Amino acid sequence: MRVSLPITLGMAAVIISAACGGGPPPPPPPPAIDSAAIRDSIQRARDAAERRRQDSIRAAEAERERLRRLEEERRLAEERRVTAEVMRMLERRVHYDFDRSNIRAGQDTQVLEQKLAILQANPNLRIQITGHCDERGTDEYNMALGNRRAISARRFLTDRGINESRITVRSRGEEEPLAMGSNEDAWAQNRRSEFSVTAGGNVLRRPGM
Amino acid sequence: MSAATRGLPGSRPGVQAALLGAVVGLAGVSVPARAVSQDTIPIEQGVRVGITYTPGMRPGMLVLGGPHLELLDSARAILARDLEFSDRFEMITLPGGDSVILGVEGSSGEDGGETFVNYSLYAVLGAEFAVGVLPEVDTSVTVQLFDVRGENVRTSVRLPRGDPRDPEFRMLVHRAADEMVRGATGSAGYAASRLVFLSRKRVHVVDADGHGHMVVTPEDVEAFAADWGPGARQIAYSELADGWGRIVVQDLGSGDRRVIAPTRELLNISPKISPDGQTMVFARIGDTGSDIYSYNLSRDCCLQRLTVGRLSDNVSAAFSPDGRRIAFESTRAGLSQIYVMAADGTDQELLAPFDYGVTGSSHSPAWSPDGLSVAFHRTVDRTQQVFVMDVRTRTVRQLTSLGRNEDPTWAPDSRHLAFVSTRAASKQVWIIDIETGRVRQLTSIGGARIPEWSPRIAESNKP
Repeated sequence: MRVSLPITLGMAAVIISAACGGGPPPPPPPPAIDSAAIRDSIQRARDAAERRRQDSIRAAEAERERLRRLEEERRLAEERRVTAEVMRMLERRVHYDFDRSNIRAGQDTQVLEQKLAILQANPNLRIQITGHCDERGTDEYNMALGNRRAISARRFLTDRGINESRITVRSRGEEEPLAMGSNEDAWAQNRRSEFSVTAGGNVLRRPGM
Repeated sequence: MSAATRGLPGSRPGVQAALLGAVVGLAGVSVPARAVSQDTIPIEQGVRVGITYTPGMRPGMLVLGGPHLELLDSARAILARDLEFSDRFEMITLPGGDSVILGVEGSSGEDGGETFVNYSLYAVLGAEFAVGVLPEVDTSVTVQLFDVRGENVRTSVRLPRGDPRDPEFRMLVHRAADEMVRGATGSAGYAASRLVFLSRKRVHVVDADGHGHMVVTPEDVEAFAADWGPGARQIAYSELADGWGRIVVQDLGSGDRRVIAPTRELLNISPKISPDGQTMVFARIGDTGSDIYSYNLSRDCCLQRLTVGRLSDNVSAAFSPDGRRIAFESTRAGLSQIYVMAADGTDQELLAPFDYGVTGSSHSPAWSPDGLSVAFHRTVDRTQQVFVMDVRTRTVRQLTSLGRNEDPTWAPDSRHLAFVSTRAASKQVWIIDIETGRVRQLTSIGGARIPEWSPRIAESNKP
C-alpha cells in the first residue's frame, strides 16, 4: 500500500503535539442518551405503580367481599338462629287431659297463641299437626282421638284467621309414645299434639319483627 | 258286659284288682285340678256373675295313656291341654303321669280290633268322660270319647297319621279336641282357632293354645288392627304410612296382598269382615271426625258411609254373627259409648246402657258368635275393665278387675274372651272363661295388643 507523504507528516504532527500536552484536553463528549432504556424504566415504574394500585384495589375489594361475606354470614347465622328459635316455638307441644281433645286454658292456649303469631308472621309457612294419645283405651279409638286432638288445635288457629289450607292434621294414636312407661307422668307426656313444618320453613321470621 | 269293660289290656284278674286298688289310692292323692278364680276383687259397678267357681260342677275328664309313640303322645298332650283350656272339665291327673296303665290298647275296634276300656276304674277316679288316642292298622289315629257312666263311646274322630310337629297335624288334633268337647257337653270347644294380634307394628298369628306363633306381615310395613276373613284363610289390616292408612287383605296361604282401592287415601283403620265374607266395614278418620264405611268385597265396589260423625268419632265396628247388625263405639253423646245399627247404617241406637256423666267411656265392642252377648271395655276408676252385655236384657256385667283390661274378642265357643291386660306388667293377650272366671296368659311377647279371634277353623288352611 502506498501512503502519500503529506498525510503521513500531518499525522505525525498531530501525534507529537498530543504527546507533548500542549493544552487542556477537550471535554469528553457527552454520553449518548439511551431513550429506549429510559422509556423502559419509566414504564416499569408505571407498571409497578399500577400493580400496586391494582393490588390495593383487589385488596380493598377482597376486604369488602370479606366484610360482605362476614356480614352475610352474620345475617344468615342470625336468620338461622331466629328460624331455629321460631321452630322451637312452633314445635312446642300442646297437651291434653285423659280422653279429651279440648285445648286447656293457660299454658296450652299460650302455646297455640304463639303458633298463631308465627303463622301470621310467615305467610308462606304451612304446618302439620299430629295428635297422639296415651296407651290407655282402644287402639282404634285412640287413632280417632289423636285426630280429634289435632283438629282441635287446628280449629284454634283457623278460628283466629289462619287459612285451613295451611294446616294438615294427622293422627298416630298411641303408636308413637314420647315417654315409655305405664304411669301418669308418661301418659300425660304422651297425650299431645305435635307441630311440624310441611312448607315455607327454611327461613322463619320471629313474630313482631 | 260290653267288650269295652272286659278289663285292663293284658291284665289278669289278680293284677287287675291290685292295680285298681293302687290307682284308687293314687286318685285319693291326686285331687283334680280346681279352677281358681283370677278376678276376685270386689267391684262397685255392674253385676258380676260367673266369677266364683263351684268345685264339682264340672265333669271329670281323664285322658288315657296308651302305646308310647311320639305321634300318639303328642296327640294326647295336645288333647289334654285343649280339654283343660276348654274350662269345661275337671282334668284328672295321676302322680307319675300315664306310667300307670289306665288306657286303651290296640285299635278302636272299628277295624275289627279290640278296645279295652275300664269304665269302672275311671268312675272310681272321678271321671265322667275319658278320651283315648288309638293307633289304627292303616296308620291313622282315632280319638275317642268314652262316656264312663253310660259305658259307651260318645264320639270318635279319625285323624290321618302326620308329623306331630306339623302345624296342620296340631290343628287336626285341636279339631278332634273340639269334637270331644262337643260330645261331652253338647257344644264344641275353641281349640281349632287362631288369634291375630299386633306387636311391634306387625301382625302376629298364634293358635288358641299358644303354639304356632308367627309373624305374617312384611317387616317394612307398619301394620295396624287386623281381623280375620271367613275360615281364617285371610286377614285384613291397615298399613300405616305418612299419616295415611290403607286397608290390605292378605291371603295367609299364598301371602298375596290386595289393597282395597278406596282406602288408598286418608286414614282407614279397623277393617272387619262380615261373617259371609262379602262385606268389609272400617273406620275412616278425617278432617270432620271418624266414620264407619262399608265396602263390598266380593264385587270390589260400592263404598258406603254408614255414620255421619260431624266431628264425633264412630269407630270399632263389629258385625253380629248373622251379619245384619253392626255394633260400634261413638262419641256422639260425649264420652264414647256402644251403639248398634243395621248393616246398611240405618236404625242407629244406643246398645249398652250408661248413666250420662257417671259411666266411664265404653269401647271396642265384640259380638259373641252365638249372638247373645256383646263384650266391650269401659273406664272404671280411671282404668279399663272388660264388660259383657246380654243383648236381650241389656244387662251389663263386669268380668275383670285386675290390672288394665281392654279389647275383648270372643272365642268361637262364645264362652271365652281374649283381651289385652297389664296384670302381668307388660301388655299381653289373656284369655278368660266367662263362666268360671279362670284366666290364662296367651302371649309372652312385648306389647301384644288388638287381638282378634278367628272363627273355628273347619278345614285345613295352613298359614
